[in-house]
Amino acid sequence: MICGIPSAPAFAYALHVANVFELQGASKRYGAQQALSATDLEVPGGETVVLIGPSGCGKSTLLRLLAGLQRPDTGRVLFRGAAPGPEQRRGLGYVVQGGGLFPHLTAEQNATLLARFLGWDEARVRSRLSELVELTRFPPRALERYPAQLSGGQAQRVSLLRALFLDPAALLLDEPLGALDPITRFELQRDLRDVFERLRKTVVLVTHDLGEAAFFAGQRGRIVLLRDGRIVQQGSLSDLLHAPAEPFVSQFVAAQRPPPQGAQLGPAQLTPAPDAP
Amino acid sequence: MIALALLLCAPVQLGSKQFTESVILGEIAAQTLAAQGIPAGHKRELGGTRVLWDALLAGQIDAYAEYTGTLTQELLPGVRGEAALRAALLSRGVALGVRFGFSDSYAVGMRRETAARLGLRTTSDLVRHPSLHLAFSNEFMERSDGWPGLRDRYALPQQGVRGLDHDLALRALANGSIDLTDVYTTDAEIRGSDLVVLEDDRHQFPDYAAVLLTRTSLDPKAQAALRVLEGSIDAPAMIKLNARAKLDHVPESRIASDFLRERLKLTGSAGGGEGVLAVVWRRTLEHLFLVFVSLTCAVLCAVPLGIVAAQRRRLGQVILAVAGVLQTIPSLALLVVLIPIFGIGAGPALIALFLYSLLPIVRNTHAGLTGIPLGLRESADALGLPKLARLRLIELPMASPSILAGIKVSAVINVGTATLGALIGAGGYGQPILTGIRLADTGLILEGALPAAALALLVQALFEVAERALVPRGLRLSAEAATDSETAR
Repeated sequence: MICGIPSAPAFAYALHVANVFELQGASKRYGAQQALSATDLEVPGGETVVLIGPSGCGKSTLLRLLAGLQRPDTGRVLFRGAAPGPEQRRGLGYVVQGGGLFPHLTAEQNATLLARFLGWDEARVRSRLSELVELTRFPPRALERYPAQLSGGQAQRVSLLRALFLDPAALLLDEPLGALDPITRFELQRDLRDVFERLRKTVVLVTHDLGEAAFFAGQRGRIVLLRDGRIVQQGSLSDLLHAPAEPFVSQFVAAQRPPPQGAQLGPAQLTPAPDAP
Repeated sequence: MIALALLLCAPVQLGSKQFTESVILGEIAAQTLAAQGIPAGHKRELGGTRVLWDALLAGQIDAYAEYTGTLTQELLPGVRGEAALRAALLSRGVALGVRFGFSDSYAVGMRRETAARLGLRTTSDLVRHPSLHLAFSNEFMERSDGWPGLRDRYALPQQGVRGLDHDLALRALANGSIDLTDVYTTDAEIRGSDLVVLEDDRHQFPDYAAVLLTRTSLDPKAQAALRVLEGSIDAPAMIKLNARAKLDHVPESRIASDFLRERLKLTGSAGGGEGVLAVVWRRTLEHLFLVFVSLTCAVLCAVPLGIVAAQRRRLGQVILAVAGVLQTIPSLALLVVLIPIFGIGAGPALIALFLYSLLPIVRNTHAGLTGIPLGLRESADALGLPKLARLRLIELPMASPSILAGIKVSAVINVGTATLGALIGAGGYGQPILTGIRLADTGLILEGALPAAALALLVQALFEVAERALVPRGLRLSAEAATDSETAR
């Protein structure tokens, strides 16, 4: 490459610098099942996008496409202006469903795996680790433990810690709080949102719980509702509540059982929503 | 290993077939050379005629005792007359060496008491007694020069003739449930069960004179030294020698050294000086050599094969299928196929053991890698680790319990299968088992079977220790995951 003259992708990136992720008519099919129909989606830098919808609606597939773990059958997926390959993935923090901690490595080894592979010196690894331990409120003494010895909440904190280690531009989380008990889940929701707010990273998060979606999307974020492999509606919670794009949106909202006494929608009350579809 | 080195240095290599008479003759020839200052080794009980013949032609042994009948009937069919036989052998680099002085032919035998009562002396006399119960070894029933030929030659009238295992037939003869069976003219049982051999008065059976076949390339000094054996053993003497081994359980090396002293006035260098412990130790080394080398090679090949199989589904199915088919080949058949290519000794045994060890390791490596949950594979992928680093840091450590279990299974099977190595001269614990079966000596069988069983247990125990050292601690904890995650809270 000649110095000073930006290459074509870099030039394109400069034009669309606002968008960290871009989906252009991307679709994905697994065998006979169309997991995702041709879909467009733009995620500007610093935004929090929550993908929501019933099981099998394509939200996890969409996340995998964004992470570059799957290639789209049609259309394109761009991360900072380029297709997300193995190198680009280091600029992404990805937390798979269930945490995805490697059982043969301790919490610390899990978190520092990639940094050590990339040859970071010990001091740099240490300082980054202590920074993140504090940020994620992970008990430092548990760093020596193996995943089998961690509680569900601790394991999720390690997954987050591992995803954040290289200070990625964006964070992708697939049902990060799926299998936790209500109290742990409640605590972790709060801590996660704090982390997102402090780091101001681009976040794409998958959940099937509307209350959780609203909590993470907050004032500036966006909820994207999917059904049968296509986006039904995107916007704030109040858009979904007051201007449903089609009857399914109201149906989906209504299916989230409100807490007793019909209190207003808020994170604390909405958190334990075990009957979500 | 020391024994192996000695065998390799020994300039003159005798061989013997998997039966007592052949072993005694091989031992006598080897000690005859040694007693005259010519170093000689003896590869005992290598297997059947074909194995010895191939080994002689290939130069892996220099001499072994053979029978003229076997040469003209099996090895060089169509060759008639001694001059033609000598010429046919010479063209293959083999010389017809000393004749021992006895013939080990087929014959029919019966209890002395029965023969005396009925006044039987020759095979022709049988015609007069159609009600006699006849039973022959299975091989004798099949061979055209066996029962079918005998029946036609003598016009024998007996009906309901049965086929039996040779040893069972001898036992049936001894307890009177049959009256007549086939024997070899030098069979130890002739002395042991007090049998008489009926004269083959119409010459149905070919002559099976015992001779020593030597390679023409054999040192003339050694050829000369062997000449003292010419005519030194007649049929009664050979019966006695066989009986000492089979009935009195005297080791062949002792029998040979006694024979040398009494008949030839030579001092044999009987290998009998080796104590039981030394023998077991030598066999242990031989056995460990077989197991260690074949297993190491198998691990080095099978783990990469398992990795390839896990990463490429199509190719993986082919690899697993081939390894599976290899496993189904009977070990004896595999050894016989390998002998023409790799000769006798440790070579073909190692290759057979190597092939048998592949499947459990390939399969478990494949299963271990493909069994890694999708979420973990995606996590590794999402981290942006290159393929090789993923394999080294994540996938192989996670599959290590399964891979180690596969190696353990292979090792334990290998210890057992390696006993078959003795069939082709690779030594090991199989040697006393083979000899024990040949001599019906349970003690000898146990001398091989017990250490083999102990070794299998030891190998198992070693792998349990290795598992503790090699399987990452976190994976061993996973078993207790449920309870641990509760207490960790």
